[in-house]
Parts: sequence; structure tokens; C-alpha cells
Amino acid sequence: MKILVCINNVPDTTTKIKFVDNKAFDSAGVQWIINPWDELTLTRAIEMKETQPADIESVTVINVGRADAEASIRKALAIGADNGIRINSDTSDSYSVAFQLSEYIAKEKYDIIFCGIESSDYNGGSVGGMLAEFLAIPSVSSVSMFEIKDGKVVVKREIDGGNETLSVQTPFVLIGQKGIAIEPKIPSMRGIMTARTKQLTVVEGVACNQLIEFVDFDLPKAKAACRKIDAENVKELIDLLHNEAKVI
Amino acid sequence: MSVLVYTENWDGKFKKLSFELISYGKELSKKLNTELVALSIGNVAESELQKLALYGADRIINVNKSELSFFDAQLYNSVLAKVTESVGAKLILFAHNNTGKALSPRLSVSLKAGLATAVIAQPDLTNGFIIRKKVFTSKAFANIKINSDIKILSLLQNSFGLLEDPKNAVIESFDTDMDFSDQKCKLMDVNKVSGKLILTDADIVVSGGRGMKGPENWGPIEELASLLGAATACSRPVADEHWRPHEEHVGQTGKVLSPSLYIACGISGAIQHLGGISNSKYIVAINKDPEAPIFEAADYGIVGDLSKVLPDLITAVKEFKA
Ligand SMILES: Cc1cc2nc3c(=O)[nH]c(=O)nc-3n(C[C@H](O)[C@H](O)[C@H](O)COP(=O)(O)OP(=O)(O)OC[C@H]3O[C@@H](n4cnc5c(N)ncnc54)[C@H](O)[C@@H]3O)c2cc1C
Repeated sequence: MKILVCINNVPDTTTKIKFVDNKAFDSAGVQWIINPWDELTLTRAIEMKETQPADIESVTVINVGRADAEASIRKALAIGADNGIRINSDTSDSYSVAFQLSEYIAKEKYDIIFCGIESSDYNGGSVGGMLAEFLAIPSVSSVSMFEIKDGKVVVKREIDGGNETLSVQTPFVLIGQKGIAIEPKIPSMRGIMTARTKQLTVVEGVACNQLIEFVDFDLPKAKAACRKIDAENVKELIDLLHNEAKVI
Repeated sequence: MSVLVYTENWDGKFKKLSFELISYGKELSKKLNTELVALSIGNVAESELQKLALYGADRIINVNKSELSFFDAQLYNSVLAKVTESVGAKLILFAHNNTGKALSPRLSVSLKAGLATAVIAQPDLTNGFIIRKKVFTSKAFANIKINSDIKILSLLQNSFGLLEDPKNAVIESFDTDMDFSDQKCKLMDVNKVSGKLILTDADIVVSGGRGMKGPENWGPIEELASLLGAATACSRPVADEHWRPHEEHVGQTGKVLSPSLYIACGISGAIQHLGGISNSKYIVAINKDPEAPIFEAADYGIVGDLSKVLPDLITAVKEFKA
């Protein structure tokens, strides 16, 4: 099987968020990383290729973005992906990203397309589902386990208050979350060296209609200082929760 | 034109989030001067379906087919697209939970409808259709304008109150007229937590971090939770160490909660943890380190040792409940 892993390039999770005139994210001085959920699904894809080479022919990573995203693609190659693709385009919303991906994928043949459950930047959580619908193939969301048994794909997905195990026919879109891999794989020295020689193809993006627009951004108001309660008098906390906050 | 709400049942019973969605949708449908249609897929008794009318559903559409007995996003989406067309819905509402996250993006493509997810407030209709949501894992807010004719929203759970507005709704069964013979996904096994409060549904959550020292110390957390009718949760290292099941892991890489009250016991308050709890209405922190960052996020705090504070708190709650 050929696996394609969609990876987003996002600000490091500890970044202090700022905006330019409240209109656009201020990327000055920002460290970029592979979106944490994409990193987990990528890790699982590579683990599978290493442990079941007979089942997994190749793992390709794809990103829609500008040249500055190539560091993240190279990192994915260093972790163990075989080759990378960058669709050269700005990313204005999930819909256009999914559309760009689908236009490319429709021309190639992949058996399973991995996406993360959401991106830590705009928290849209919709690229995977949109992509599947553009391609008119099944999608399984909130996936916390992925295996191939006797050539059959078996996944576990989280439901509210439990989980379900499914077998799925390829091609399909797998939308992964925590559990699919435990820790993201760290590139080895050798991986970093070989990543330089792996192929990274750049294809031009295509135009797409815009259904939504980001009007502006703002930062949360400073929170009132925490009210400290004496550890010797925890009854006061119960009073406050009951009479002031009215939550118990 | 109408507002369509996708409801969800759990073994034939609706969840609170469906009533929340209807309450939200009702407020909006009044502003837009249209009717509110509730859709239920699955095997739900008529008396249960009628509960949707209690919160303001003008029409209730029931799709009950054995082929739809388990959730297949692609099939469910085709049903939704048909229902949307048949009722002329211009606005479709989902919960931002596992099902809503799986369905709403597909429907967005089927209908060429702009989608906004994890919405936290009613839209601003003064200048188009503008919704508000958190971005950068709760570190900022964005205002998003949806420009398409049909619009889809998924709403963050527990962000809206329930509002009764009884209607006399008729239950209409809807014939999808579709061929379901070609099923690409097959259900092999279901594992449901029964008799336990579901974390993402819970109004109160008691959560433990590494400061709890080990799984053997979770008794007081569970006792406090059961006294408060709360669910239990934990930080990531606690789940990674297998002190607690990974379903309880909260934060940027785990579950994102929006309860009324979150009680953090021995949790330092790392930014990745806060990403999962900052939608809480109130946060209580118990930590022995007065400098722990959790106190910056908390509304109420106790600086002290958990081995003493937790038992005291349990006694105080018991007295309060008595
Ligand atoms: C990419 C990435 C993603 C991550 N995602 C998540 C996530 O989703 N969720 C998450 O939780 N973390 C996440 N983390 C980890 C996060 O950075 C922190 O390491 C983690 O949240 C710390 O967990 P903790 O608060 O339980 O433990 P600690 O940071 O060790 O804090 C324990 C606290 O307990 C207090 N304490 C100790 N003993 C006592 C006592 N006897 N009485 C009272 N207080 C006591 C200490 O003062 C301390 O503040 C992520 C990290 C990365 C890099």
C-alpha cells in the first residue's frame, strides 16, 4: 500500500501569539514545527513501514504551503518518509487546502491518506473530512489505532464515551489523533543526512473559491487574579463555588 | 428556508448536547424568521424524539434504517445532504464532538457551504454572518465571516445553556431512497464505557496530575468526583505513565473540555494542558507550589499538599451536601 501523510507547518506550541493590526498572525521570530497530530500520524505510518514492509510500499508526505514550510517537510523525510511534495500556495482556509490536496491526489494513486484531527494554529479540524468528500472516498475520524492484518486495514476510532474497531476498504482518508502513536518519532543523525538526498517535488497550486474569510483576531482579556483560599479553611472554597460562582 | 440541527442519540437517548444545539438553533431561527428542523438518525422512540420539540424544534425528521445502525461518515453525509435539500436548510448545526468533526467537513464540500468549527457564541448578523471561535489552541480569538449561501457551524459543547420553548412538532419519517449495499466500512467491535459519566459531557471535572504521585493515590479524586457528580480526568504524563486510562488525558494532544468547573489537583499548568481546559467557566487549582503557572489560569486556588487538602475538601463537600 502507498500511504500519503498530509502535514501542516504550524507555530511551535509554546509561541506567544501576536497579530499585525489584529488582521494577520505575526510570524516574526516564530519557530515552525510539524503540526503535533500530523507528527503522530506520520510516526505511525513510518512504524508500519518499518515493521511490515510487505504491506507498506511507501510513505509520502505532502504540504500545501510556501517555501518556508520545507524545513518541516525535510524533518518528515528525516523521520523516515520516502519523499515529499509541496503544493505551492497560500493557505487561506481548510476548504482551499483540502481542495488543493484533492486536485493533486486525484491524479496519483494512494491507498490511505493520513490527516491529523486538527491543526494547532486555526483549529479548524476539517481538512481530512473535506478531502475525503472531494475525493468521494470513505473517511474514518478520531482514529487512535491503525493496523494492517492479513492485508486488511483495521482502525480503532474514538466515539464519545468509548471506541469502535472497524475494517475499512482502501482507498480512504484516516484522520488520526492521540493514541495512533505514543510519542512522535525523533529523526536520527542518519535520517537527517539521508533526508537531504530524498526527493521533494514542488507543484503549483490551483485557484479555489473562498467560502469563509478571517475578519480579525483578538487576544483574551487578562484574567482576574486567582483568589487564594487558605489550605486550613477549604470550606471557604465550597462557599465560593456555591454562592459566588454558582457551579455547585 | 430553515435551520437544520443534527442530533445524536446514545442507545436511543438524546444527549444534553443535542438539546443545547436546539436551544442555540432556536434563538438563531427566530432572528432569521425561519423554522427549526431537527434531524435524528437511528432507532429512537417517539417519546424520546418528542423531547426535541421541548427545546423548540418545529419539525422532527426521523431516519431509521438498519444500514445506518453504525456511524459511517460518508453514508451519513449523503443522508444529510438529501435532508438539507428537502427542507431547504440554509444553516446546519452540529456539535463539535467526534461525530460533528467527522460529518461537518464532508457536508461543507457536498453543499459548497462555508464551515466554521468550535463556535463559542451566537453569530453577529449586523454585517453579514460573523462567528467567533478560539484559535491557536485557545490563545486567541478569531472572527470569521461566512460568505456562502448555505452555512455550517459546529458548536463547542457546554458553551450554551438549555432553553425550553415547547412546540407541537410532528415526527416525519424520511425515506432516503438510497442504496446502502456498498458499505466500505465494517464494524468489528464496540467498546462503550457504561454507567460512567462521559468526560466531554461532564459539567464538573476533577483532574489529577503528576503531583498525585502515583495511581494508588487516585481514591480521593474519584471520591470527590462522585460526590460532585463529576467526571475524572488527568494530565498527559499521568496517562503516558498508565496511571490513568488515556481517555482521561486532557490538553492540546488530548481532550478539549468546556465544563462549568474544572478542579486541577497537582497539575503544574503547562501551556499544552491549558489548551484543553481554558474553555472551563471556573478553574480551581490545588498545588503545593505557589509559583505554579496553573494559578494564573485559575479562578480559585489553594496552595497546599494534596495529601491533606483533598481529604479536607471531601469532608467539606460531604457537609455541604448534607
Ligand atoms: C507537543 C506537546 C504536547 C503536549 N500535550 C499535552 C497535553 O495534551 N496535555 C498535558 O497535560 N500535557 C501535555 N504536554 C506536556 C506538558 O508540557 C506538561 O509536561 C504536562 O502537562 C505536565 O503535567 P503535570 O502538570 O501533571 O506534571 P508536572 O508539570 O510535573 O506538575 C506536577 C505539579 O504537581 C505539584 N505537586 C507535586 N506534589 C504535590 C503535592 N503533594 N501536593 C500538591 N501539589 C503537588 C507540583 O508543584 C507541580 O506543579 C505536551 C507537551 C508537548 C511538548
